[in-house]
Amino acid sequence: MNMELRTLETKAEAVLAEAYETVRDALPGGASVAKLRAEAFDAFRATGLPHRRVEEWKYSDLRARLKDVPAFAAKRSDADAEAVVASAGEAYEAVERHRLVIVDGHYHPELSDVAALAGEGVTVRPFAEALAAEGGTLLDLPVVARDDAAVGLNAIFCADGLDMMIADGAKLTKPVEIVHVSGAEAASTAERILIRAGAKSEAVILQTFVGGVEGTFSNTLTDIRAGKGSGLTVARLQAEAAGTTHIATATLTLAEEAHAKLICAGVGSGFARHQSFVAFEGENARADLLGITMVRDRQHVDQTLVVDHAVPHCESREIFKTVVDDGAKGVFQGKIIVRPHAQKTDGQMMTQSLLLSENADMSLKPELEIFADDVQCAHGATSGQIDEDLLFYLRARGIPEKEARTLLVLAFLSEAVEEIKDEIVIEAFENRIRSWLSAEE
Amino acid sequence: MLEIKNLHARIADDGTEILRGVNLTVKPGEVHAIMGPNGSGKSTLSYILAGKTDYEVTDGDILYNGESLLELSPDERAAAGMFLAFQYPIEIPGVATMTFLKTALNAQRKARGEDELTTPEFMRRVKEKAAELQITMDMLKRPLNVGFSGGEKKRSEILQMALLEPSLCVLDETDSGLDIDALKVVSDGVNALRSPERSFLVITHYQRLLDHIVPDVVHVLSRGRIVKTGDKDLALELEKNGYADYVGAAA
Repeated sequence: MNMELRTLETKAEAVLAEAYETVRDALPGGASVAKLRAEAFDAFRATGLPHRRVEEWKYSDLRARLKDVPAFAAKRSDADAEAVVASAGEAYEAVERHRLVIVDGHYHPELSDVAALAGEGVTVRPFAEALAAEGGTLLDLPVVARDDAAVGLNAIFCADGLDMMIADGAKLTKPVEIVHVSGAEAASTAERILIRAGAKSEAVILQTFVGGVEGTFSNTLTDIRAGKGSGLTVARLQAEAAGTTHIATATLTLAEEAHAKLICAGVGSGFARHQSFVAFEGENARADLLGITMVRDRQHVDQTLVVDHAVPHCESREIFKTVVDDGAKGVFQGKIIVRPHAQKTDGQMMTQSLLLSENADMSLKPELEIFADDVQCAHGATSGQIDEDLLFYLRARGIPEKEARTLLVLAFLSEAVEEIKDEIVIEAFENRIRSWLSAEE
Repeated sequence: MLEIKNLHARIADDGTEILRGVNLTVKPGEVHAIMGPNGSGKSTLSYILAGKTDYEVTDGDILYNGESLLELSPDERAAAGMFLAFQYPIEIPGVATMTFLKTALNAQRKARGEDELTTPEFMRRVKEKAAELQITMDMLKRPLNVGFSGGEKKRSEILQMALLEPSLCVLDETDSGLDIDALKVVSDGVNALRSPERSFLVITHYQRLLDHIVPDVVHVLSRGRIVKTGDKDLALELEKNGYADYVGAAA
């Protein structure tokens, strides 16, 4: 027991502690996994849920948000799960794709295109199976992600999810959509997704989070490992129902000469945190991180990222755009770390926010920690409103006010949207953006 | 066509009075020039005609085809046939020029109860008018006015005017920032649009523009009032003697 001061345990913390005691013996994985879970649980007992006095979580007080935590969801029958998926609607309806289905945190192979993926050189197996086969090392994450509270909670509870291995040299002909749907009864989920892209493989992966109700608490973790020379796009769209709480962590590890693009569009949940941890492990790799966040009403959406340049000659690019309306709150925290020997690092981070109402709130925290001397790093952060002169110009050409505002918001987001490059993703995201804008009173 | 009656206006923010009783009538097909020294209220007049809310009309009225414009929003005025060619056309990164042109044209058509143009028909019109104004497809592929030179921006304004086919064109110092060749291209573009149904209000400091766009009537605006009205020879006289006489007369 350490002597650290901490506040009284909240109800949510007590429920989570009790949940662990109840399920610990039933959680998958051998002794090495159980040990890791126990360590993560001890850390949770010591610090509790992250709150505003934890620097990394200062703008997103999860302890204050979570009044209670619903029970972890049981796995549904395939038929039941199929109905939940059907009712959630599709983000990529018109797109030819392979689909992998996760409902309430549980992977449903029978509803997924496993055989078709095998034909493309992609092996998919349930997470528990992978855990049994590989043990605790499967849970290894980049250094910068290890101490995070939500990552720790996922390590304690992750029991289901999937492990996707893309064979060396496989070039997928169609995108793969991993659809995460939460059902209509409030439940907690803590699935883990592994995406391991083999050397020189190429793939586009679409991750969609939808559904849920008031009280749903999702804490998903996607562990992406881009192999040597691979080209990987992972586009995450978070559009869960307004009452949900969602922590979506993505870790990205890049081997030599890998080029990965991690895109995160957030329009959903009452309280959402998208956190991305990027680690360069091989030279001459490049990571592009793009973020598009749109919030309104009383929503709170946080985009947090840490990019760890641990080796020389790598490039990182971050463009994050946030549109905040009504009394909503947006958060951006971006940290670039350049380790002492990571010379010739090129890191550029830009974050911009557009506030559409007087009560809109945005917190921006860019950070650079540079310990090497021959690097190029820059960051920029701006926050502004719609320019009345631009609006007048458009209206003077006959474009009604609402349509003109839509054009200007699209224009604000365009820099991030264009960088996606993939037409399928761009179209799906633009549709989302337009429907968000047209839903305005 | 356009009747401005005893128009008084001030800056909404600080109440500074800019227009102090402007009276002006433009008949269909006429070209009127408004000249005047810096600070006389020329640009303010153009913004008020277009409906910019930075200004407040305190007295008088603006009638357009017999109906008051004052209660109409800028887009409603545009759909009714009003067009302001801006002195400083605005750059809008992220809005593709073609998207902008199509959105504007179809919004106006919709407001007037007309069918939207099909994409091929729209493209045909843009290509035809752009060629006349020496606007390349490369320029049209860029975001609106972004990276355009001063001359290109002004040509882009005239292209918009040609496509939208307004009945009243207000040109706010369209000659500023143009070299002699660009001035010729822009003026030819404007002259090509002259017709018995279309009127022009040309605001300028210099007589030079009026050699190319020959006005029917020339007004001198000074300290928020029209202090002299004449034919095109008035512009020549001003070029020779300056505004000194009129600035004094208005005091």
